[in-house]
Amino acid sequence: MAAIEATGLVKTFRSRKNTVKALDGIDLEVPEGSVLGLLGPNGAGKTTTVRILTTLMEPEEGSARVLGHDVVTEADTVRSLVGLSGQYAAVDELLTGRENLWMFGRLYRLGSQQAKQRAEELLEIFDLTEAADRILKTYSGGMRRRLDLAGSLIAHPKVLFLDEPTTGLDPRSRLDLWQIIRDRVSEGVTILLTTQYLEEADELADSIAVVDHGSVIARGTADELKAKVGGERIEVVVHDPEETGRALELLTGALGISDPDATTMDQHSRRITVPAPGGSSTLVDVIRTLDGAGIRIADIGLRRPTLDDVFLTLTGHEAEQKEELV
Amino acid sequence: MTAVVGRTPGDTPARANPVGRAVTDAGVLAWRSLKRIPRTPDMLIYATIQPIMFVLLFAYVFGNAIPIPGFPGARAYREFLMSGIFAQTMAFAVASASVGLADDMSKGLIDRFRSLPMARSGVIAGRVIGDLVFNAFVMVVMVICGFVVGWRWHNGFGQALAAFGILLLFAFAMLWVGALIGLSVGGPEVAASAGLIWLFPLTFLSNAFVPTPNLPSGLQPVAEWNPISSIVAACRHLFGNPSPFASPDGFPAQHPVWLSLIWCAAIIAIFAPLAVRKYRSATSH
Repeated sequence: MAAIEATGLVKTFRSRKNTVKALDGIDLEVPEGSVLGLLGPNGAGKTTTVRILTTLMEPEEGSARVLGHDVVTEADTVRSLVGLSGQYAAVDELLTGRENLWMFGRLYRLGSQQAKQRAEELLEIFDLTEAADRILKTYSGGMRRRLDLAGSLIAHPKVLFLDEPTTGLDPRSRLDLWQIIRDRVSEGVTILLTTQYLEEADELADSIAVVDHGSVIARGTADELKAKVGGERIEVVVHDPEETGRALELLTGALGISDPDATTMDQHSRRITVPAPGGSSTLVDVIRTLDGAGIRIADIGLRRPTLDDVFLTLTGHEAEQKEELV
Repeated sequence: MTAVVGRTPGDTPARANPVGRAVTDAGVLAWRSLKRIPRTPDMLIYATIQPIMFVLLFAYVFGNAIPIPGFPGARAYREFLMSGIFAQTMAFAVASASVGLADDMSKGLIDRFRSLPMARSGVIAGRVIGDLVFNAFVMVVMVICGFVVGWRWHNGFGQALAAFGILLLFAFAMLWVGALIGLSVGGPEVAASAGLIWLFPLTFLSNAFVPTPNLPSGLQPVAEWNPISSIVAACRHLFGNPSPFASPDGFPAQHPVWLSLIWCAAIIAIFAPLAVRKYRSATSH
């Protein structure tokens, strides 16, 4: 059975000025024990989807079940089975780490003693024991995020919703959080994760659903999506603008590129991009070819596809950074 | 699939007795509110300085210009004043609830609480109880302040206690109004002004600071039926302080205690369900 199933979710937000269709028929299915990455720009409908699946909001049309329980008619049961950790790190700033976890434990219906014990376990797991008695105002962004995630794990949820868990974090904290999430996956927890970063979905998700304007525009594994986008590319900046044309010609021949549309060239910025099916070995080929022809390279690099590349390919427009409409 | 999935053995079941559950949740959230109070000492200081300032300003500046009909002497005004200040301070409890909840909402905490299997009334009830304890503390400070300026109760401790009970009941009622405001406005800054702005005309158009016989005759009935006036009149009655009325035979003058209780019950009956309903659909940004 799928741990999370959603069919035809529709949600519209009306304000005095305008009407925004936040969700326009979202379908999702997440098998038990797997991780689904919901990938999309701000305002695509990711947060709204999570809000509906965690009972914070009711859909106008469509239905959703979590572990077989309807999110509208059995909202209370769903709430006791899932954990939610959002992008805003919803913890009480004036309570200590230990107090926050105890409070959430009590609200998950644990007894006082049990809640205390569970808080200690989680502080240990999340490496927050030393900071446990400090109020949260003194925590770093990464520590808050860890505590927020700890709060969502109190009741040993089988399903976890993570709404942009690493947005705004420094790289070090991001890696820490990824490890914590992987550990939950290895315990068999089903996870629905929203993110704006292809890299994050790639790292954590078994499958990815790309969302734009309230509907799913592509599904598949990270590799499948990347193949659609065209995989990795090499970007070369040559030293002399006069040589851009010759450089592209040489590379097209050397790499055996048959489709001229697969390459780009801009003489003004002296930039050429070519597909790199062989990854770093193609990079070596490019350097050899240009060096052998006496063309000086100002800059060269292997570029992995980004969310923008996915969007450009799938929708023909770049990922718009709209204001998140709740 | 049963509801047991995902829970450790020994957990209380998800569908425990709903009343017991609501009480526990309110208790946990009240604990949270109380923990926060000593950690925001500036709030505590302002909340007590403001009423003290009002007592001193009215007792020594305006008091000399406001005669109490039927009660001559400068001290009569101070006896008259204190119940007004008490009621005003309790009415301003609206702001603490509205700011607190708006703050929780803007920080995403309301979402967090709403995603937990807790009673729908828990968050607001916890806030209301916590604020009530806070207001009881402010009241103690004001009573001391009242004694310093020469206010006394004359009908014994039991009646005085009844008056304090009515004042706290009034604060309790007003906190639900504040909860509704806090959950309806955009953020804590708006909540502060939205919670207070209408309270100024409401308290000044009452018997709190000026005896109603001194008001223009058109305003007298409005002021005498004002809920704040009925709280103030009930307190004056129970404390044995001067309580002049423009229409001494009217219901507000004859039954101040009953009217104050009716007002409190009415406010709670209207605003508590509205606030809980608002909470159910509350969303942060």
